[in-house]
Amino acid sequence: MPRQIILAAHFPGVNNTTVWSDPAAGSQIEFSSFAHLARTAERGRFDFFFLAEGLRLREQRGLIHDLDVVGRPDTLTVLAGLAAVTTHLGLAGTLNATFHEPYELARQLATLDHLSGGRAAWNVVTSSGPFFGENFRRGGFLDHADRYRRAGEFIDTARELWDSWGPLHPDRDTGYFADTGSFAHTGPQFTVSGRFGVPRSPQGHPVILQAGDSEGGRELAAAKADAIFSRHHEIEDARAFYRDVKARLPRHGRTPDSLKIIPGVSFVLGATEADAQERAHHIRRQQVSPQTAILLLEQVWNRDLSGYDAEGPLPEMEPAGDEESIIQGRAGQFPDRFATAREWRARAGQKNLSIRELIIEVTGRQSFVGTPARVAAELNEYVQTDACDGFILVPHLTPGGLDEFVDTVVPLLQERGVLRSEYTTSTLRGHLGLA
Amino acid sequence: MTRPAPHLAVALDGLGWHPAAWRTSPVDAAAVFTPGYWTGLVAEAEAGLLDLVTFEDTFGPPTAAPGEINGRLDAVLVASRVAPSTRHIGLVPVATTTHTEPFHLSTALATLDYLSGGRAGWQARVSARPEEAALLGRRPAPDLGAGLRDLFDEAADAVEVVRRLWDSWADDAVIKDAATGRFIDRDRLHYIDFAGRWFSVKGPSIVPRPPQGQPVVAALAHSAVPYAFAAGSADVVFVTPTDAAAAGELAARLRTANPALKVFADLVVFLDEHGRDAVARRARLDELYGAPWRSDALIFAGSPEELAGLLAAWHAAGIDGFRLRPGALPYDLEAITRLLVPVLRDRGVFRTGPPSGTLRERLGLPPAVNRYEAAEGARVA
Repeated sequence: MPRQIILAAHFPGVNNTTVWSDPAAGSQIEFSSFAHLARTAERGRFDFFFLAEGLRLREQRGLIHDLDVVGRPDTLTVLAGLAAVTTHLGLAGTLNATFHEPYELARQLATLDHLSGGRAAWNVVTSSGPFFGENFRRGGFLDHADRYRRAGEFIDTARELWDSWGPLHPDRDTGYFADTGSFAHTGPQFTVSGRFGVPRSPQGHPVILQAGDSEGGRELAAAKADAIFSRHHEIEDARAFYRDVKARLPRHGRTPDSLKIIPGVSFVLGATEADAQERAHHIRRQQVSPQTAILLLEQVWNRDLSGYDAEGPLPEMEPAGDEESIIQGRAGQFPDRFATAREWRARAGQKNLSIRELIIEVTGRQSFVGTPARVAAELNEYVQTDACDGFILVPHLTPGGLDEFVDTVVPLLQERGVLRSEYTTSTLRGHLGLA
Repeated sequence: MTRPAPHLAVALDGLGWHPAAWRTSPVDAAAVFTPGYWTGLVAEAEAGLLDLVTFEDTFGPPTAAPGEINGRLDAVLVASRVAPSTRHIGLVPVATTTHTEPFHLSTALATLDYLSGGRAGWQARVSARPEEAALLGRRPAPDLGAGLRDLFDEAADAVEVVRRLWDSWADDAVIKDAATGRFIDRDRLHYIDFAGRWFSVKGPSIVPRPPQGQPVVAALAHSAVPYAFAAGSADVVFVTPTDAAAAGELAARLRTANPALKVFADLVVFLDEHGRDAVARRARLDELYGAPWRSDALIFAGSPEELAGLLAAWHAAGIDGFRLRPGALPYDLEAITRLLVPVLRDRGVFRTGPPSGTLRERLGLPPAVNRYEAAEGARVA
């Protein structure tokens, strides 16, 4: 039997890949948008729904970024609501280990797991800079080097809490209710003790995802996570990443199957290859408005370029030096600005590209473009040849961006026998084949 | 001018407020950890056309006392799970302020308001016990003597931050202006720049202004410090007088401090068509408990007519509404919706169709003017 493809649906986020200017674009905040995407994913027999977390609105040059979708809901609250309108779909959310505390978060995740009948998942991320900290009690003092230490100890502590209850055997006659939740954890990051307030949930341990491809992230995932939310790579690089991560597992006493690798990917479908390519280009133009082109260029040049014409040539001047990035509230995309600027200038010169044309070429090209048959075949090749275990699909439209995929690609994957036609398990751990 | 009829709320907790209630319930105690139990209860309350339900919560720890249900789900998430399957009833979870992040509280409650289409509320509560401090491990236990005022001052700061964040987006901040490529008008978003003794929060919120603008804030209060907190920070206060005269005095005192405040009296109720059955049920539960159980609120055991009479007298004395705490669930909730509500309706003091509008509107609270937009308007004028 061929390997099964894990599929997840990412609610479109607050960056320029989410197109809001399209007439079909709906609300980023009304619950109906979340319910539509979740129900569509469940109709496609997906493994889980995925929602990122907002801790502060993004800023560029000290101003709230206004060109992309702005505003999103609280993660856990929406996931609990989605449990009411779905029956099998896993419900995964990003929750930052820096700005939550183990007792409260473990309690909320156990609650979500109870309220969804065993479908809760937590994507662990951490932050170290002061930017997000300005909205929270703890501020931003977490040292960069301590990020993975905090995340690792947080996961350990949460699991200690989840494991703290014996079975429930309420006995009306004697009044005996249960052995309840004693725990005591002492470590460099957390010292907590007492009794945990929530009985063991259907999954026991909600599924844990780790986001990020860095060395620290890989090691944390290999030690503690059930899945990695990684970046999309071309197939050879993806296989190298896959080999590297899976090879780390035996050192932690784990089997290769116990950690799933699930990159976030985008897609564009068309009736013909030419149609798909044309749609892909149209979407790229929607994603990169003239204003967005200048803004992305500013992230590399690290200076105010608002006087430049997006339809004109690149700036002659060099990027500004090593001072603090002008963008706050999202991961930096361009680690070496000078190298990137040289590369972009060469490319624009060669092909005579405007700023906007260049940005369209060099940022965020869609991962899979083609007819449904071609996309189905390519997704399948990734999974069958050890480039990944599945995909977190990121539609470019809210809320209908997954409809066409479910209508056209999903049946082809089901025909190939690589995606379930009906759910055969009730919990997310069950869907993912995790112990 | 006639006063509005009394509001009617029900407080949900476990299998009822009597600690031994689970031992005689037809529902298995483990059901309190399943979604179906909560959606069933709230559907019953909604069918009874009640104004709102509250969901109890505390960080714990679960009581170690033998014979009691040990454990509880997070109330904000229970309310969120229930919201999509209800249409009219207000949903008011307890969430604590002492060991939590005001930013997360604000965004979670705003999101509940979106999930429910403007029916969200929040019962703010402090965490005073040292056991709770140990669970979170981030600060020492508050000193309950001199520290009580600090605890509530901090809660007031938390409510202030939560409310400012709700107002930090203008209602029309999303403009989707293709010509300039802008999704929002950032001048309609506001940094809240709160700096207090316990925390600072910059803002703005990540969540656009919720449907009600300001979801309803409530607090339970028994003494001077929490009364002051409720009058200064809440829209609704739950109080626990033991007779009509005390209820009237308390309502007058609280309204002097805050004329817009809605004063709800809490009552634990055991209700049966024949009052003597309710009295017997209460006695049976006390027997299982091993002692007469006392509550912070008055415990009523009797018939719907008797209870309706009591409510009428307290309402006449100045109480705006009642929050009934069912002694046993689902039994006493069904007695409220199926026995008490018809009696109140016969007396002409209860609605005949589903309540309309947002929870704020239903409770007769003033419109939630956005503090930042109001200031802006004043400058322009």
